[in-house]
Amino acid sequence: MKLVIERREISSALLRFSAPVASIGVALFVAGFLLLASGVSPLAAYKEILIEALGSLYGLSETLVKTTPLIFAGLGVSLAFRMQIWNIGAEGQIYVGAMGATWVALFSGIQNHWLMMTAMFFAAFFCGGLWAGVAGFLRARWQVNEVIVTLLMNYIAILWVDYLIYGPWKDPKGFNFPLTAQFSDTARFAEYFDTRFHSGFFLAVFCALLLYLFIERTVWGYEIKVIGSNPKAAQYAGMNTGMAIFFVLFLSGAIAGVAGFSEVAGLQHRLQHGISPGYGYTAIIIAWLAKRSAIGVVIVSFLMGVLLVGGDSLQLLWQLPVAFVYAFQGLILFFLLASDFFIIYRVKLVKGVVNG
Amino acid sequence: MVEILLDATVRAGTPILFATLGAIINERAGIINLGIEGLMLIGALAGFAGTYLSGSLLVGVLLAFGASFLAGSIHALITVQLRGNQIVSGLALTMFGVGITALFGKGMVGLTIVGFKRIAIPGLSELPIIGRAFFNQNLLIYFSFLLVFLIWFFFYRTRWGLGVRSVGENPAAADTCGFSVSTYRFLAVTIGSGLVGIGGAYLSLASTPMWIENMSAGRGWIAVALVIFAGWSSPRAMLGAYLFGGITAMQLRFQAMGTTISAHVLQMLPYFFTILVLVISTQRMQKGASQQPEGLGLPYDREDRK
Amino acid sequence: MSDILKIKNIRKTFPGVVALDDVSFSVARGEIHTLLGENGAGKSTLMNVLTGLYHPDRGEISIDGNPVHFTSPRDSLSCGIGMVHQHFMLVPAHSVFENILLALDNVPNFFSRKIYKEKIQKLIDEFDVDLDLETPVWKLSIGAQQWIELIKLLMRDCQLLILDEPTAVLTPQEAERLFSVLRRLKEQGKSIIFISHKMREVIEISDRVTILKKGCSLETLNRGDFDESKLASLMIGKDKIPQWQKNLQMSDEIVLDIQNLSVRNDRGLADLDDFNLLLKKGEILGIAGVAGNGQKALAEVLTGLKNTSQGRIMAGEKDITNSNARYSYIAGIAHIPEDRKTIGIAPDMSVDENLIMKSFKSGLFRNWIFQDKKAIRRNAAEKIEQFAIKSGPDGTPVRYLSGGNIQKVIIARELSEHPAVLVALYPTRGLDIGSAEYVHKVIADGVDRGMSTILIAEDLDELLKLSDRIAVMFRGKLIGYVDPRKTTREEIGLMMGGETPGGAE
Repeated sequence: MKLVIERREISSALLRFSAPVASIGVALFVAGFLLLASGVSPLAAYKEILIEALGSLYGLSETLVKTTPLIFAGLGVSLAFRMQIWNIGAEGQIYVGAMGATWVALFSGIQNHWLMMTAMFFAAFFCGGLWAGVAGFLRARWQVNEVIVTLLMNYIAILWVDYLIYGPWKDPKGFNFPLTAQFSDTARFAEYFDTRFHSGFFLAVFCALLLYLFIERTVWGYEIKVIGSNPKAAQYAGMNTGMAIFFVLFLSGAIAGVAGFSEVAGLQHRLQHGISPGYGYTAIIIAWLAKRSAIGVVIVSFLMGVLLVGGDSLQLLWQLPVAFVYAFQGLILFFLLASDFFIIYRVKLVKGVVNG
Repeated sequence: MVEILLDATVRAGTPILFATLGAIINERAGIINLGIEGLMLIGALAGFAGTYLSGSLLVGVLLAFGASFLAGSIHALITVQLRGNQIVSGLALTMFGVGITALFGKGMVGLTIVGFKRIAIPGLSELPIIGRAFFNQNLLIYFSFLLVFLIWFFFYRTRWGLGVRSVGENPAAADTCGFSVSTYRFLAVTIGSGLVGIGGAYLSLASTPMWIENMSAGRGWIAVALVIFAGWSSPRAMLGAYLFGGITAMQLRFQAMGTTISAHVLQMLPYFFTILVLVISTQRMQKGASQQPEGLGLPYDREDRK
Repeated sequence: MSDILKIKNIRKTFPGVVALDDVSFSVARGEIHTLLGENGAGKSTLMNVLTGLYHPDRGEISIDGNPVHFTSPRDSLSCGIGMVHQHFMLVPAHSVFENILLALDNVPNFFSRKIYKEKIQKLIDEFDVDLDLETPVWKLSIGAQQWIELIKLLMRDCQLLILDEPTAVLTPQEAERLFSVLRRLKEQGKSIIFISHKMREVIEISDRVTILKKGCSLETLNRGDFDESKLASLMIGKDKIPQWQKNLQMSDEIVLDIQNLSVRNDRGLADLDDFNLLLKKGEILGIAGVAGNGQKALAEVLTGLKNTSQGRIMAGEKDITNSNARYSYIAGIAHIPEDRKTIGIAPDMSVDENLIMKSFKSGLFRNWIFQDKKAIRRNAAEKIEQFAIKSGPDGTPVRYLSGGNIQKVIIARELSEHPAVLVALYPTRGLDIGSAEYVHKVIADGVDRGMSTILIAEDLDELLKLSDRIAVMFRGKLIGYVDPRKTTREEIGLMMGGETPGGAE
């Protein structure tokens, strides 16, 4: 007997919906063993995650605080996915975005709050955009692999921010800590309910809506979808795919860069080391899970926010490293990819060869 | 001076060399593996743990190979058997590797072992300039020299090697000739991953004999880029890895000399140069005959009608 | 004569397509058995089932009387069945030697290059083929590559050879050469399944002919029982081929003037080499040539997919070689591409969206920066009816449509703008007779509106039937023009092999 794999005619909607849910479930199950192996009861840990992240107003606000940068970065990555372009550099784009916003906040001398926020927004937008635009240009002009370029630029961005906060931008009154000076109130988002929850969240949701309209309703969105579905067909229909690649990577990086703005203006109020604990990488899995939908990005970002807040509390309670969350995210992706297979194919048993 | 710099070059380049060779084996069979960074970490931790617990460096290296082999088999299963997206699966593998080594490596932080020692080859190690760099090194480095040759020999002088290359170039052709595409691809991914793990073990057993969270620090990604620079050939991988070893060595040298340039800026150099090299080698690839395996990144579905 | 192969009631379906419905036939030892059928009748699918690439849904295959179930090509190879695929199964980057070695059984892992080279060279010499073992395959002509495929099978000592449209890539003279080799193999007791839809060849070489139609085997005829008209009527059935009067009033106005055009491919070789072509207003210009002699590059340059390395393309007085000028002009060129699924459509998008791929920017389908979904839907409903596209429920991704319907989507889109120039690459390949006729009619109708067509096809009959003039290409060069009313197949055949008309050279 042998196994034979066949393509399904049309995959059922039920399968397509239940597969991601099931893969998260299986990932939770397997991650349980990892927790067991490091001496933590998985049930207790999962309960802790839920209670910490959703069990109180404070927990919920913390979850939304983490959700905010994830939405921006997730939107950025998913926009590029739409065109089958891989922006693995959201992490670095967040850093340069934060850097741009910080530069405006500290050195522009703008006094008006709205003007300041607008200027910070655009500084982050263009810094992130240009950072990713480098990869976009190289890809469009010479077909240089954008995965590697965007990724390596993460390291450069983080080192560059380190250079600034250890060097020229260091707060003279900061006891030699690698931090910039605190922003004035003009350069801060409003905060609500005595928590760290800030207006950046609303900006993120607004961006998601805009992006949804952009992709689904506009002529440019249509062009991006055609290129994403089949770049050769797009070229032959007369679309300038090179320009589109640059533009999409620029926009993708710009949106991720805004996450940096939102973090410094809403949360940190200064530029410092570790401004993003890997949001840019989590964004990749968000984009993949959301299956390219901007609204899906918001929902999945919230789920990942829960996981991150929960992960922090696991660290406090059981001294689990924060990076454990990565292992879990990797597992989700593995199972998600595996489930895709069973959506597209069906496996059949057939008789093996009988040689005459 | 040159002698010392060359020596530091080889030592800094070797982990990248192992990783690049492993990645080349993956890609020769047509599978992109972006999990190299994670595999290096898994190899580094497994190598360190193995050596720490058994007291034997050999056990450490074998465990590094084995652990990365196993982790690579996840990628192989997803990309080969389940025809999943190779890029996403590789990224997942890197995330998984970063996370799981942080989790299990927590107890290993701060422990020390006796790492690999230099073994001088009598006579040759006395040679001027290159003697110290190439003939007074540890066993892993000698092994990497051998591996470069073995991989070349395997690809160009054995039938299995021909099979791996064909599966990566045109899986349908290999299939019709009776080669099992999935077996060849699976083994190429797992064995290649195992070699990447040895590159990781080099970090924790030879470079700095200890475990540090995230100690690969992007070397895996540099290796991925170097595969393109190397044109998928093992001797050229050696050249590329040492080029980066050289940049790292110079950067460390600068820092040691107490230059006024910020250490952060110097640390950017290897990444910056990798991008530069990638751009140049991509351009060269497009002008001349492309050496990229034609089936790279494409899952093979026998009944897929185009 | 004993049967080496017997197939009974084979059926094979793909998502949305019944490729094979019910096929039965048998092949005897030492015979050349032809499978005849029009495009889309299921010949290639059947052969992929026979070689273990596809797994049939039901039916029986037996070799020498023993039933077999193939799950991989290895199974069928071990039973002595070998195939030369229409799309060669070669590794272009590898040398001839490596390609042949790959196909050999029982080669030890650490093999002696010398011994195997000698063995292969011996067989090459025996058939008097001109092949250098060290040359990488991509440097070889298509004809030479076919020899490699054949030698692969002979080295393995296959008893049943399957050749899928082997002459499609050969000049008539090269095909003769192949036939003489096939006859020799037959005398050695090997069986050959020959697949073709070229009647002339079938009659020349076959011992028996089995006719396939719409996935079913109709009838098997012995030599002597068939002639051209009988086979044709069986193959095509009662579908009548309409004839129309060719429009011979083309003007002398030149629409496109291609001068000394050169195009290099990824390997740095010339796909087009100092190529010249004149296209007049309102004519159908047929391009004849063996596949792989630059036709594809020509179409790609004209439609903006490839850049030129040398030469000029003039549209009337305007130089459109430069890509920026070309982009705007391309909008006016309609293009029916060769690989429908790879460049003709965006497979994940709906029929509606695919139909506006070239005109999405026009005011018809947009309000400011937003798409006008209603107008897009209206346009689609109109086209679906006009071209009788079977599109499934609204919003179905195009990838689920059958080949013929995908082709209709492309044609509907390309012709809706009333283009001045149509570049059609193998527009009827893979279509059933009905759809093919429809395509012919659409192309011919375009002439009445003053549209000029460059028709690239492999079937000389199709070219002779439709074209006002025929240009012959060889190795990226224009060999010359012929008048379809005055030329002979032999003349075109010689030109396809590179001989200039009039016997010069």
